[in-house]
Amino acid sequence: MPMRKVMKGNEAAAWAAKLAKPKVIAAFPITPSTLVPEKISEFVANGELDAEFIKVESEHSAISACVGASAAGVRAFTATASQGLALMHEILFIAAGMRLPIVMAIGNRALSAPINIWNDWQDTISERDTGWIQFYAENNQEALDLILIAFKVAEDERVLLPAMTGFDAFILTHTVEPVEIPDQELVDEFLGEYKPKHAYLDPKRPITQGTLGFPAHYMEARYKVWEAMENARQVIKEVFEEFEKKFGRKYQMVEEYKTDDAEIVMITMGSLAGTLKEFVDKKREEGVKVGAAKITVYRPFPIEEIRALAKKAKVLAILEKDISFGSGGAVFADVARSLINEKEKPIVLDFIIGLGGRDVTFGQLEEALSIAEKAMKEGVEEEVYWIGLRKEIL
Amino acid sequence: MVPLEEVRGMEIPENIKKRLSIPFEENFYAGHTACQGCGAALGLRYVLKAYGKKAIFTIPACCSTIIAGPWPYSAFGAPLFHTAFETTGAVISGIEAALKAKGYKVKGKDGIMVVGWAGDGGTADIGLQALSGFLERGHDALYIMYDNEAYMNTGIQRSSSTPYGAWTTNTPGGKKHFLEKRHKKKVIDIVIAHKVPYAATASIAFPEDFIRKLKKAQEIPGPSFIQLFAPCPTGWRSPTDKSIELARLAVQTAYFPLFEYENGKYKINMPNPKKEPKPIEEFLKLQGRFKYMTKEDIEVLQEWVLREWEELKKKAEVFG
Ligand SMILES: Cc1ncc(C[n+]2csc(CCOP(=O)(O)OP(=O)(O)O)c2C)c(N)n1
Ligand code: SF4
Ligand SMILES: [Mg+2]
Repeated sequence: MPMRKVMKGNEAAAWAAKLAKPKVIAAFPITPSTLVPEKISEFVANGELDAEFIKVESEHSAISACVGASAAGVRAFTATASQGLALMHEILFIAAGMRLPIVMAIGNRALSAPINIWNDWQDTISERDTGWIQFYAENNQEALDLILIAFKVAEDERVLLPAMTGFDAFILTHTVEPVEIPDQELVDEFLGEYKPKHAYLDPKRPITQGTLGFPAHYMEARYKVWEAMENARQVIKEVFEEFEKKFGRKYQMVEEYKTDDAEIVMITMGSLAGTLKEFVDKKREEGVKVGAAKITVYRPFPIEEIRALAKKAKVLAILEKDISFGSGGAVFADVARSLINEKEKPIVLDFIIGLGGRDVTFGQLEEALSIAEKAMKEGVEEEVYWIGLRKEIL
Repeated sequence: MVPLEEVRGMEIPENIKKRLSIPFEENFYAGHTACQGCGAALGLRYVLKAYGKKAIFTIPACCSTIIAGPWPYSAFGAPLFHTAFETTGAVISGIEAALKAKGYKVKGKDGIMVVGWAGDGGTADIGLQALSGFLERGHDALYIMYDNEAYMNTGIQRSSSTPYGAWTTNTPGGKKHFLEKRHKKKVIDIVIAHKVPYAATASIAFPEDFIRKLKKAQEIPGPSFIQLFAPCPTGWRSPTDKSIELARLAVQTAYFPLFEYENGKYKINMPNPKKEPKPIEEFLKLQGRFKYMTKEDIEVLQEWVLREWEELKKKAEVFG
């Protein structure tokens, strides 16, 4: 029987790791993720998880040790956030390029400067081009489930790419919610044992990995990563289905909420989706034709799903906790990319919101919605808006 | 691989092969892409002889990345993993942990040797943190720093292991800014400060000593470290046929003395322990990189060499 426990998001992530039985964990403390490896080290200390836990001296070494371990053919796991993830940046490319299915849990946190330990998605968004699959969780249950799913997808023969699952700093990492912990037996069935077929280090079969790739070969290696990421679309769908059959919880690339007759669809990721759905309920009661959509898988980006969604609405309003200076939000760019060659397309607006842990209130959502309504009636004035700015301290 | 017998056209009896102090088997193959006279390539050949195929190598960005060969070629007869410049210590930690988790025997007789092979830049500079982490955590692996005293792969820039008075492309001399102004960093002293079970210096001019040390590193549990002196004719502006001679002179002048540190005890392994060190000029004069040094510069370097040598002898006396 699955167990129900009240726990923090970080604990849910640690439980997911325990259930997935990685053989090597290498991690370094950083707020708000510190509790993940802490909890895992308890599991290891109690003999509940049989793994080597490497207490590395930095995140750079955490991911490097995971790379070494994964290359030696075992399941490897780490957790970090913000500055820690940024420090790993260089090695994230290597993990993907070497096709090592490492899984990482991220407590999504803002980046310095100014120093800020609270939630936004700048850390993972900034790693979107590294070749890692990216999941975003709405609540603690999703954090647990999407880590298990991440292992399954990452290790699939058609994919073999690393994957990260993000869940919002403090809003989830440090907030307790009831979480269903799946049966170990079912998880074992779901994930199976990790047995790499291609690239792994073993003196019985000497191969060289990660060699210099001349211009004559490099591009093909990069294309293979592209291809694997494309394959991941199908694999993720299959894994979502299998997960639903086994554990009863349904996941989708993009989850829609009251979109069928919506004129405006507000799109977001992570825990903000919860707030947004409540807001939609409120507006529906007021007779406003608004819906919500949550992007669960950000890489590969759900292009087809966004196209289908766009057919339903007059305005897509993206609410996102990240910014690419000089352009706009990253999700906005991806949504726009999905629609650019569609014959008919809705207006797409971008709302930068909730950076560095700023609370996203109904008032802010109202503001975004009214801008979207105005654009629907009178046309687009601007494309990127910062919502909830305190003008008095600017 | 073509057996050496065929290449040389001679038969070597098995019983003699077994008695060789340097294993006969080659696992570092012809066709690698090192420059002529490369000390690092010779060093790799010895390590691959010592451990045969029972080793897993990790190489960060450095000349050896290139030496091993570009895709789809490899000069290595053992598994090899290429990694980022500063990560050797961390990657070998991960490999060792994974092998243990899989239940493999690591180190010791018949165990798999997990070997990190990094340059002086990748060790003394950018990789120092990961090296320290690896040593401090006590992983069962060997870290070899092949020391050619500069960043050769990027075109001869100074590292903290570059000696006083050396020309490099970013210590070029000039009116105001002279050559390298700092003395060579004693990385092995930093390693020993971690109280590792085994650390040693070695030289490509003394292969038997090197192989013996590699075997010791295999037998002694815990992290081991070898700093291998590996001349680089390209970067040192020295004749390609003088690499071994230079490596020998580095030892004979006590510029790069051979010693071991084993479980708290120092032991000097000089070829002629009683002999006074030769003057440092003998080592310097064969290399273009030192040709800008003045008489005073040479005195400064000579003084440093002898002082360091005295210090080492004292350590061996007190903690021998
Ligand atoms: C993070 C990073 N910075 C810089 C480089 C460029 N780089 C590659 S090899 C190298 C120098 C290597 O020097 P060393 O470790 O002494 O090895 P050698 O080439 O001398 O054998 C540098 C600076 C890199 N690959 N990665
Ligand atoms: S530059 Fe020096 S170290 Fe590099 S391959 Fe050539 S001789 Fe060897
Ligand atoms: Mg060097």
